Amino acid sequence: MALVEAVESELLEALRAGDEDAFAQLVREYQPSLVRVARIYVPTQAAAEEVAQETWLGVLKGLDRFEGRSSLRTWIFRILTNIAKTRAQRDGRTLPFSALQDPGRVPEAAVDADRFLDPEHPRWPGHWTVRPEPWPEDALISAETQALLEEAIEALPANQRAVISLRDIEGWSSEEVRNALEISETNQRVLLHRARSKVRRALESYLGDNK
Amino acid sequence: MSDRTDQTTQLSCQELVELVTDYLEGALSAEEHSRFEAHISICDGCGVYLEQMRTTVRLLGKLPVAALPAGAERDLLDAFRGWR
Repeated sequence: MALVEAVESELLEALRAGDEDAFAQLVREYQPSLVRVARIYVPTQAAAEEVAQETWLGVLKGLDRFEGRSSLRTWIFRILTNIAKTRAQRDGRTLPFSALQDPGRVPEAAVDADRFLDPEHPRWPGHWTVRPEPWPEDALISAETQALLEEAIEALPANQRAVISLRDIEGWSSEEVRNALEISETNQRVLLHRARSKVRRALESYLGDNK
Repeated sequence: MSDRTDQTTQLSCQELVELVTDYLEGALSAEEHSRFEAHISICDGCGVYLEQMRTTVRLLGKLPVAALPAGAERDLLDAFRGWR
């Protein structure tokens, strides 16, 4: 789905020439991600959609001056981040800096501690009490499983949701996500790990109950 | 489950699940990487766990990307026309 670099310069040219289809393509591709990232900074879906809308207007305003030093994608997300931060400030919201810059501050287990024997257990310290079971392949492709995945993503904290959406749903590289969100490699990985772990847990409890 | 020899250098299952993303991202040191794989090779539970994490990522990649509401797209295209 991602627009490769070679295509990007063509796209840019088309946009500057006023090609409506090119703009519509760009909007369709990035709008869902823009809204998800905006949600890190603003409290509601509606506010995030407004920020995304404003971002596109910012993109149009800046398009002629865009020099291509970063990728178009990174540039668009920088505009979004600036607009979202300004808005959060205006609304008197404390920016969730720690949420993005220090996600590891509060520990969070990938799997509940009660799934493991005590770390001091004499024979099997920290081993599974109830081992994970292989999932039935046919249940994985059902519409219910898809709905459950979407629910699990929606239930994540905004910073984790943004990272897992960009990486796993949209297929961005870790470097692209780091650039768009302006976070370190480690923080990106911590957020991705927590998000994936929670989604796995949701699947496990659903598929386990389903048997 | 792993055998009980040399517990100090071996990962427990509880430790391993916290390293799965680093493993999949290729972010483990060479030493951590071999401890991880040594554990996986003898522990069925953790083997299944790793597979579940891979499956989770695979399923997420198949989710449809959310569509834009028609009204919002129209507004943006109007703005684009106005911009030119």
